[in-house]
Amino acid sequence: MKYLSALAATLFALVIWQGIVTLTGLPKFILPGPALVAETWWQNRWLIAEHAWITAVEVVIGLAFGTVLGVITALQLANSRAARVLVQPMLVFTQALPVFALAPLLTLWLGYGLWSKVAMAVLIIYFPITSSFFDGLMRTPPGYLDLARTMQASKRSVLWHIRIPAALPSLASGMRLAAVYAPIGAVIGEWVGSSQGLGYLMLLANGRAKTDLMFAAMLTLGVFSILLHMIVRRATAHMAGEAR
Amino acid sequence: MTLAPDLTISGSATIDGATLFAPLTLSLGAGAWTCLLGGSGVGKTTVLRLIAGLETGGTFSGKIMASDGLLVSDRVAYMAQDDLLLPWATVAQNISLGARLRGEKPDLDRRDRLIKRMRLQDHMTKKPSELSGGQRQRVALARTLMEDRPIVLLDEPFSALDARTRADMQDLAAEALAGRTVLLVTHDPGEAARLGQSIVVMTEHGLTHCEPPHAPAPRSVDDLATLETQGALLRLLREGAA
Ligand SMILES: Nc1ncnc2c1ncn2[C@@H]1O[C@H](COP(=O)(O)OP(=O)(O)OP(=O)(O)O)[C@@H](O)[C@H]1O
Ligand SMILES: [Mg+2]
Repeated sequence: MKYLSALAATLFALVIWQGIVTLTGLPKFILPGPALVAETWWQNRWLIAEHAWITAVEVVIGLAFGTVLGVITALQLANSRAARVLVQPMLVFTQALPVFALAPLLTLWLGYGLWSKVAMAVLIIYFPITSSFFDGLMRTPPGYLDLARTMQASKRSVLWHIRIPAALPSLASGMRLAAVYAPIGAVIGEWVGSSQGLGYLMLLANGRAKTDLMFAAMLTLGVFSILLHMIVRRATAHMAGEAR
Repeated sequence: MTLAPDLTISGSATIDGATLFAPLTLSLGAGAWTCLLGGSGVGKTTVLRLIAGLETGGTFSGKIMASDGLLVSDRVAYMAQDDLLLPWATVAQNISLGARLRGEKPDLDRRDRLIKRMRLQDHMTKKPSELSGGQRQRVALARTLMEDRPIVLLDEPFSALDARTRADMQDLAAEALAGRTVLLVTHDPGEAARLGQSIVVMTEHGLTHCEPPHAPAPRSVDDLATLETQGALLRLLREGAA
């Protein structure tokens, strides 16, 4: 049923798209129709795949690093009042900065290669991961803590056996959000400076008025993001207490 | 398990400046069951939490003392009004939670015997969400019995059980907790009449004692003296223990 409705929605969007192209008669370098984009995609499938692979690697590495860093930060914050006093305002402040503005700087620091894009993805997902897991750690149902207290549990074992498991559903929702943000981060990194990746390909195609290729690359990125989100969703189902 | 002590809680409590309960003295006999009854919101759970050394919404001024002079709060097993089962852990893991939290090896034989006595053996590997309310309450009771403590505080532990299971669990708890100082909060006069070696009704004015039957607890459900006490208690509760 879910797949059927997704299919129907896709078909509907394609029809609207083709309708606009036909009705307005826009030239194909302004708005190419779906058939042309599909044809271009097929002709350039190896080129697109090569660039998509690069972006995928950036995103997956960024997701892994960002998750680990976010989890560690959240645990530190939850465990120490001093860390909360010092780090939390900083964390909120960095969120007020437009992270995209840092992209040129990251390229300057880390070069044109993979790592400046990984860093961009990490920067974008670090906050959602940290704050969602931290919230979960701080909102342990008080009854569980009372129970642990009458059982003479140490602080450490309360964290390990009660607070962390109780916060896993929050971490899962942070990770699902991160799966959507990470590709955006990587592509922004590529826009600022690179010679590979879907972001680079989109920029290149745009510069040469190959709007059809630009659309093909963009749709590939969209499909990749949806796939990634589905994979992360599945992978975190157990954490979120949905699996059975 | 160390020897069960006498316990005395005396004092008063306020919430936001308003009196929650006036000065009272509640004595729990060593190794005996005391049943505490009283209207909703009169402060029964608050008394239990004070003994367990937990936060209450209010301020308590008074003393909680054990006859042996040792600290009370680290010798209690507490079964709260909510079952507080961890949703991510299985029934078996929930029952042996205390040992796991203290980094000890749980006594698995003891756990399995308890599970069998509680008629939970078909549910050992299930998660709490797969259980009925009464089954969950039995798991919480098993977890409480698993904690081998001299002082046991039970907040309406049998409220969600059907009549037959309730009588069975009362027998089981009476047997498993023999020799411990037990404080049982209940809304059921019949339960108090069956189990109490001392029966106390709490109102906003203080405590009223009710004479328990002479037979040793747990008393048979159709014991005449027990039924008489049940009736007397109900009358007392309806009169607001004036
Ligand atoms: N954490 C809290 N903060 C503020 N007020 C509280 C808190 N906990 C309890 N109270 C108040 O204290 C009073 C006594 O509560 P308590 O839970 O002890 O009642 P109880 O006798 O156990 O009632 P019941 O039979 O319904 O369980 C109630 O009026 C309640 O509103
Ligand atoms: Mg209560």
